Amino acid sequence: MFPFNFEWIWDTSHMVFMGGLWYALTILGLGMTWCVIKAILDTNKGGGGHDSGYH
Amino acid sequence: MDSALIPNGVRRCSLGKFLVSLSIVGAVLLWGVYAMFLCWFKGLNQTNMNDYYGFALWIWADLAVIALGGGAFFSGFLKYLVGKDELKHIINYAVLIGFICYSSALLILAIDIGQPLRGWFIFWHANVHSMLTEVAFCLSCYFAVLTIEYIPLILENRQINRFPLFHHLAHNMHEVMAVFAATGAFLSFFHQGSLGGVAGVLFGRPFAYREGLFIWPWTFFLFTWSAAAYGPCFTLLITKITEAVTGKKLVKDNVIELLAKISGWMMTTYIIAKIIDTLYWANVTAPSRGFNLMDFYSNNSFYGIWILIAEIVIGGVIPAIILITPNGRKNPAARTVAIILAVIGVCINRWVMVLQVMAVPVMSFDQWALYYPSWQEVATTILPVAYGVILIMISYRYLPIFPQEAELNPIES
Repeated sequence: MFPFNFEWIWDTSHMVFMGGLWYALTILGLGMTWCVIKAILDTNKGGGGHDSGYH
Repeated sequence: MDSALIPNGVRRCSLGKFLVSLSIVGAVLLWGVYAMFLCWFKGLNQTNMNDYYGFALWIWADLAVIALGGGAFFSGFLKYLVGKDELKHIINYAVLIGFICYSSALLILAIDIGQPLRGWFIFWHANVHSMLTEVAFCLSCYFAVLTIEYIPLILENRQINRFPLFHHLAHNMHEVMAVFAATGAFLSFFHQGSLGGVAGVLFGRPFAYREGLFIWPWTFFLFTWSAAAYGPCFTLLITKITEAVTGKKLVKDNVIELLAKISGWMMTTYIIAKIIDTLYWANVTAPSRGFNLMDFYSNNSFYGIWILIAEIVIGGVIPAIILITPNGRKNPAARTVAIILAVIGVCINRWVMVLQVMAVPVMSFDQWALYYPSWQEVATTILPVAYGVILIMISYRYLPIFPQEAELNPIES
């Protein structure tokens, strides 16, 4: 649910619940985006890729 | 045939033996899938749920696997936020077990809601006054966290890791794993708590109702606390079973003992709080609503006072004492007994907070309402167990789940 949906009410419950959900999803989304972009940049720089099986 | 996929430095059984084992568990899985489709196509009349039991076996299984899967968030919290670095040797397995537990919980919910195609309604048409909405939000988000924590393990498969992009992606995900672990701990605190809160706010059900702090009943805190205390025991138990099945030592004793010790102290503090909560509820809360303790444990064929003793003493006090005692947790037999009792204890706790709550008569004209699950409910509850076994089998065979395995089991050439 977003603030532009007809069910939305500007009260504490909606802001806390939905704010918490979007906050968590934003952290996860940004974290993964950073990982993927950095992986692409690192790959383009060269190196990496090995056959260890264990980190 | 699949040796190129198996991690370096470890030995696995032959592919044929692996596939035969997989197909045996797969048959159980198919039985559960058949029951699942019966529930989806024919509806919830396939279950023995009724007006008394809107919550039944599935919700117990849900709460139990979520509590047992708590080992993932608590181990992650200890390793990434508290700095218990030794736990890096078991964190992969804790993540895998957590991933299985939470995906199972979501699968069970997808069956339980009866109309899975409308599952997204809880996000789009959210009832922001319901603790279950918060549970749904945190459960889904935390499952995303566990998926993110599981992905690097998949990327570390020997063949996948050859690709530079996947190698770098796994490396980068490890680098920021503390952020994901912190998010997971935050989400777990709230959904574990809200699952307990759901029972605690039922003011029309004196067996479950508790007073509390602000909007949170004491059960909110007890559920979070118990998941953090008992979840690591389940991780230890599954590790023990895996070691028994594979015939190998997979994790060093110092790691096992550290997790057992932390779990033991968490359990000790939890069980003290639980005993205080039970005494206050039995002597103040329930009497204020016209009930005394034995009203909840008599005049029926199943729920006697034994279940309270089994939950608190046998499944709480005894394992806690064993695990906080150095001699107890260093003794493999005593430690195994303790973690089995602990797992049973937390499952009983979730059972009484879901099913005994429904069974206890509330009105003066009510009778005890006992419930027997249908075979479809049993099959769909066993389904996640079979799924979990299969995922563990595949992950153990192809992914570097146990970093100490090669060192503990050197291959003689």
